Amino acid sequence: MSFNLVEFLKSLVSLTVSDYLRELWGNQPWVNVVLDILGVVIISTFCLLIVIFLIWLERKVIARIQRRIGPNRVGGRYGLLQTVADVIKLLIKEDITPMGADKVAYWLAPFLIVMSALMVWAVMPFAPGVIGVDLNIGVFFFLSISSVSVVSLLLAGWGSNNKYALLGAFRSVAQLVSYEVPMILALLVPILLAQSMSTVSIVEAQTVPFLLAAPLAALIFFISSLAETGRTPFDLLEAESEIVAGFHVEYGGMKFGMFFLAEFVNTLFMSGFFATVFLGGYRFFGLERLVIGDGWAIGNLLGLIVFFVKMFAVYFVYIWIRGTLPRVRVDQILNYNWKFLVPVSLALVMVTAVLDILLPATFNDFARAGAHLTANVAIALITVEILRAYARRQRRLTDGGGSGLATAVGDEHVHHDTAVHEPAAAH
Amino acid sequence: MVEQIIFLIISAFTLTMAVIVVTKRNLFHAALALMAAFLGVAGLYVLLDAGFLAAAQLLVYIGAISILVIFAIMMTRRLMQTTEPAFNSQAGFALVTAVIGFGILFWVFYLFREIWPLIPDATVPLASKPELPQEVIRNSVVVMGQSFVDPAIYVLPFEIASVLLLAALVGAIIVAWPKAEDKA
Repeated sequence: MSFNLVEFLKSLVSLTVSDYLRELWGNQPWVNVVLDILGVVIISTFCLLIVIFLIWLERKVIARIQRRIGPNRVGGRYGLLQTVADVIKLLIKEDITPMGADKVAYWLAPFLIVMSALMVWAVMPFAPGVIGVDLNIGVFFFLSISSVSVVSLLLAGWGSNNKYALLGAFRSVAQLVSYEVPMILALLVPILLAQSMSTVSIVEAQTVPFLLAAPLAALIFFISSLAETGRTPFDLLEAESEIVAGFHVEYGGMKFGMFFLAEFVNTLFMSGFFATVFLGGYRFFGLERLVIGDGWAIGNLLGLIVFFVKMFAVYFVYIWIRGTLPRVRVDQILNYNWKFLVPVSLALVMVTAVLDILLPATFNDFARAGAHLTANVAIALITVEILRAYARRQRRLTDGGGSGLATAVGDEHVHHDTAVHEPAAAH
Repeated sequence: MVEQIIFLIISAFTLTMAVIVVTKRNLFHAALALMAAFLGVAGLYVLLDAGFLAAAQLLVYIGAISILVIFAIMMTRRLMQTTEPAFNSQAGFALVTAVIGFGILFWVFYLFREIWPLIPDATVPLASKPELPQEVIRNSVVVMGQSFVDPAIYVLPFEIASVLLLAALVGAIIVAWPKAEDKA
């Protein structure tokens, strides 16, 4: 087979360029190695570059939410180059290692955290057939890598030789390790529904998006992903307006930038993962299977666009929450997780598993989704009822059942600090 | 060939890190080396096409156990002054246990040398392991899950381990439960 420029460009547009090159060069081992390396380079570069846009987007959207204008000086009316300028500033800053720092840990932490933030993208299905590697344990791979990233926080906190950094690391690790539990349990529900842990199989199983079949699981996953990425209302890892920073307080220049970058890459990954697992990923009423002309699979490109639209819709919700919700207290964070999210998600997993077996095999996807939806709603109603009974009991304890108005349970107090600071690099 | 070389590299890495764990006098660095050794073991699992085990190794050993070890070190030692003597009074006892453990492992491999040959093909130096069909690898998680709950295979050990873990959980709660006098 000889090289054909039109065919090559067509395969480039329909995202089947690796298949085309494999056919062109024959199926030799070195071809696969070269293509794999290319894929890694492209995905990592994409993740690193999109952060520049993400930071600009976040600042702009939060500014609009708070009736400000946001960046508008560098790069035209919309401040498009503001983040580029920030990155250059970070790059040319002096690189400081604090006295008495544990050099190995101090230097290793920023690299490890970016590595783990990039590795998880291997199992993200961008479009039909466009995925780093379709592991049969895709979801589990993501969970194990993100649990390893916790190590780098400890390294940073310890290596800085600063008691505030160490306390910050403890705080972060406690939060991340705790919220992993409801996240894993919530992800078990789509795994049960799709009967597979492979991300591609989960997308393919969503004739009805799992958001409709398991809204409660989606909600629990979304809440715990907020906590896992350390975003509002769980951002007391680095509560900018109160305690300056957490585990990375001693880092400056690009080393700080790497923590910052990992945070944004992780958030984008979480949005993409939510879109994949609960919103049907690249699927949009069969559009992703569109083939025109003599077998030109243009649907791949449409699938990619659909995936990106879904991913950024979820990402917008993350920004929206950051712009509107106040921060919770540290005891509330752990109580909320262990006494509320974990029991609810445990009950949800059990009900889903039992229900899925009990449902007759004659049910089609829609009937199955309806049954699961009913179960989800029932669990949600029971949970709300239990919470109301608990709140009533608390009210009776606090003021003997007197006037019901000013009796908000003492625990419910939150910090009234909604002034979300600009996520600009302050270091 | 390539697989064997990768295997040798990963094994050397794992063993080096394991040696560092017991010789490094800075406990925090020893814990880091322990993580690296766990990572090496996960690499061996990947080499054996056991992806689920590799991910479980990462999640459980690095993501949970090592973090717990580091927490324990940080909570119980004076910060940044973690230089400890490499040997304590139990060194001889530990040596005896290690030798016995190694002996038992070796004995088991010797007993089952027909089923699990140590060298796949002794006539070829640096032979690769036998290739598994892709279908087997893809279904490995399903087969593993089913064999855990199959009465003919692993259901008894699985349930015993579950009860043991439950007992440990209950025990941990009882240990951490505030005593009556603490409340007042």
